[in-house]
Amino acid sequence: MSKQLRIIPEKCTGCIQCELACSWVQTGTFQPARSLIRVNIFDDQASYAPYTCFQCEEAWCMNACPINAIGISDAEAKVITPELCIGCGLCVIACPYGTVWYNPDKGKADKCDLCAGDPACVAACPTGAIEYVETESTDWLGTWAADLNRTRSEIDQGEPS
Amino acid sequence: MICGWVGKVLRVDLTNSKISTEPLREDWAREYVGGRGLGARYYWEEGDPKVDPLSPENKLLFVTGPLTGTNASCAARYMVITKGPLTGAITTSNSGGHWGPELKFAGYDMIILEGRAPSPKYLWIHNDQVELRDAQHLWGKGVWETEETLRRDSGVPDTIVACIGQAGENLVRYAAIINDLHRAAGRSGVGAVMGSKNLKAIAVRGTGGVRLAKPREFMSASWEMKAKLKDSAVTAEGLATYGTESLVNVINEHGALPTRNHQATVFDRAEDISGETLTETRLVANKACFACTMACGRVTSLPGEASDKFSVNTSPRNWNIAGEGPEFENAWAMGSDCDISDLDAIIKVGWLCNDYGMDPISYGATLAAAMEMYETGAIDESVTGMPLGFGNADALVAMSEKVAFRQGFGDQLAEGSKRLTARYARPELFMGVRGQEFPAYDPRAVQGMGLGYATSNRGACHLKSYTVSPEILGIPEKMDPHVSEGKAEITKIFQDITSAVDSSGLCLFLTFGVGLEDMLPQIVAATGVDYDIDTLTQAGERTWNLERLWNERAGVGKGHDKLPRRLTHDPIPGGPAKGLTSKLNVMLPEYYERRGWTADGMVTEEKRKELGLPKA
Repeated sequence: MSKQLRIIPEKCTGCIQCELACSWVQTGTFQPARSLIRVNIFDDQASYAPYTCFQCEEAWCMNACPINAIGISDAEAKVITPELCIGCGLCVIACPYGTVWYNPDKGKADKCDLCAGDPACVAACPTGAIEYVETESTDWLGTWAADLNRTRSEIDQGEPS
Repeated sequence: MICGWVGKVLRVDLTNSKISTEPLREDWAREYVGGRGLGARYYWEEGDPKVDPLSPENKLLFVTGPLTGTNASCAARYMVITKGPLTGAITTSNSGGHWGPELKFAGYDMIILEGRAPSPKYLWIHNDQVELRDAQHLWGKGVWETEETLRRDSGVPDTIVACIGQAGENLVRYAAIINDLHRAAGRSGVGAVMGSKNLKAIAVRGTGGVRLAKPREFMSASWEMKAKLKDSAVTAEGLATYGTESLVNVINEHGALPTRNHQATVFDRAEDISGETLTETRLVANKACFACTMACGRVTSLPGEASDKFSVNTSPRNWNIAGEGPEFENAWAMGSDCDISDLDAIIKVGWLCNDYGMDPISYGATLAAAMEMYETGAIDESVTGMPLGFGNADALVAMSEKVAFRQGFGDQLAEGSKRLTARYARPELFMGVRGQEFPAYDPRAVQGMGLGYATSNRGACHLKSYTVSPEILGIPEKMDPHVSEGKAEITKIFQDITSAVDSSGLCLFLTFGVGLEDMLPQIVAATGVDYDIDTLTQAGERTWNLERLWNERAGVGKGHDKLPRRLTHDPIPGGPAKGLTSKLNVMLPEYYERRGWTADGMVTEEKRKELGLPKA
C-alpha cells in the first residue's frame, strides 16, 4: 500500500492554485503552462477537475522509454531522470491518461513525481479537492470513471439517482 | 526592470492594422503600482479628455497589476481604462477570471488600443504571435458563441477570450466587456467603446510565467494571507456559501435595499431573491476566478419550464444547463428596484446580460426608472410597446433583448436612465451620479455610500469606497450607518486604499478578510519596490487625484459631486431607516478639506506637487 494523489472533482472550484503551486516547483515562477497537474474547465457542465499522473501500476511511460530514464522513486512515483532523458517523447505518446508532457524549454519530458512525497498541489488546494492518501488500489481513476459512467447511464435510462 | 512585470506594452493601431511593442514605463509602474493607477497615468498622457468616447480618437486600455498571474489569493484582476460613453468620465472597470493572467503569461503587461478597424476584427495573441484577424463571422454573435468559436477555430483549446456581445456592437451605453463567459469589466460602457472600434474580441494564449523579485518571501507572504482569509467569517463562509447574494437579506434588514427606483428601501419579498433561496433552489456549483481561494462565483441552472417561460429569440444557447449568477447587484437592480421577486426571471436575465455583454446594474436601474415614468404617465404603451409597470418580470426579460439589439423602446433604454429621463422631461427620476446608475445601497440608509457615490470618479459605484463594510458589516469596526459624522474621513481612506488594491491586480473582495497590510508584503516581494503602508496608500491617493484631474479636464469634475433630489430631500418612507435623507451637503465640504482640495472641489497646486502629479 502506498500514498497516492486522489482527486475529488466535485470540490474543485477551478481556481488553478494547484497549477500555480506545481509550476512554482518546476520553474520557480508562476507558469501554469509548465504545470504537471492541469485543471479542465467544462463551463457548460459546471465541472472543474484537476488531473495528473496517478502513478498507474502498468507504468506505460516507463515501459515505453527506450533508454530507461524513468524509474520508481522512494515515494513510489514514476520519475524521469532529466540527465538521461533524450526528449524523444515516446513516454508522452504511451501515457493513456495524457499526464506526461513534453517541455519545450528543456527539450525533455516532464511528469508528476509527487514532490518526493510532499505534493505541493495538495497543500495549495483551498477546498481539499486533492488528497494525498494511503490507498489499496492505485486505479482509483478507473473506479471513479466507471462510477461516473454508471451514473450517466442511469440518468440516460431515466432511473432516479 | 522591477519584477512582477513582464516589462512590455502591446500597442495596436486598429485604423492602420499596426501592431507594436514598447517597454513598460517603469517609473510610472513604481509610482502608480499598476492596474488602475498605471492605466490612469497612461491615459492621462494619451487620452484626450475632450474626445467623443465612441470616436476612433478615444483609446482603450487593458492593464494588469504586478500581482496579476501570481498565486497570491485572487490575483486575477485586470482593469479597463477609457472614457466611458455612459459617463463622459474616466472608466475603471475591473474584471477577474483568467484573462488578465493569461495576457501576462503571453508576455504583455498591458494593451493600448487606438483608432477604429475598417471592418470587424479580433485580436489574436499567442505569445509573440500577435495578429488582427477578420471577425465578420463573429459579428452579431453573443459572448458564449464568440468564445466557443474562437477557441475551437484557433486550434488552441486553452485560449482565453475577452469579447463583446451584441450590446457592445450596438453601442449600448452600458455595454460590458466579458471574459471567461461570465466575468465582466462591467460598467460605464467599456463594451461600447470596444464595439465602436470594430473590435469583437481579444483572444489570448500565453505559456510564459511571472517573475518575482524575492520568490521565497513572496511565497511565505502569500501563504500568510491565505491563512487569514480562511479564518474570516466573510471570505471563508459568507462569500463561499452564498456568494455576493448573501447581502440581499442583510441590506434589506438594514432598510437600505433600494426598491421601486429608490422610492422605498425595504423590499417585502427580499427572501425570494436572496442568496439563501438561490442556494437552496438553483445553485449548481461555486466557481473561482484565477487563484481565488474564496470562489464567490455562482453557477446556476434553471429547470426547463422556468427557462422556457422566460425565453428570448436571440440567445441560441441551451441555457438550461448552467450560466452564472445572479450576483447581489443583479438581484437588486433587476429585482427590488423593479419590484420583481421572480428569481428565475432574474437568473435568466443575468445570463442574457452576460451573453449580450451588458451591465445588469445599469440595465435594471434604467428599466426601474422607465417603470416609474410609465406609472406616472410620462410614457405609455405607445412608446414602450408593452406594459411596463413595476413588477413586470416578462418585460424585464423581453426588454433585455430589445436593449442589446436597440429595437423599439430598447433603443431608448440603451442610452441609460439619465438620457432617458431627460428625454421625457423627468430628470429627477434619474438615480445616479455622473450619468451612471447607483448600485444596491440606498445612500440615505448608509450615509457613507452617498458621499462615495457622489465623489466617485467613474460615476456612481460601490466598488470605489465600500463603506458598507464598516457601516453595515462592521469590518474592520462598526460605524453607525445613519449618521454622517466620520464618513468624510472613512470615505477618503477607503477611496485611497481601494485605488491601491485595484492597482495591485488583487480582488477588492479580499478586503472583507484582510487589510492592505496583509497584501503589502506580497506587493513588495513581487516587485522588489520598497513600498510601505504609507507609500502604497499615497499611490492610491495619487491615482484618485489623477482621475479627478482628468475628469476636471473632461468637464465632469467639480460641480458633479451631486445626488438626486430624492435622496437629499425625500425622507425614506418606512423601515429601519425611516425618515432619513442623505446629508451629502454636510459631508462634502469636510471631504474636500480632508482631500486638501479647494472648497469647491478642485485639486490644488500644493496637492499636485505633494503627490508628484503631472501638469495638465
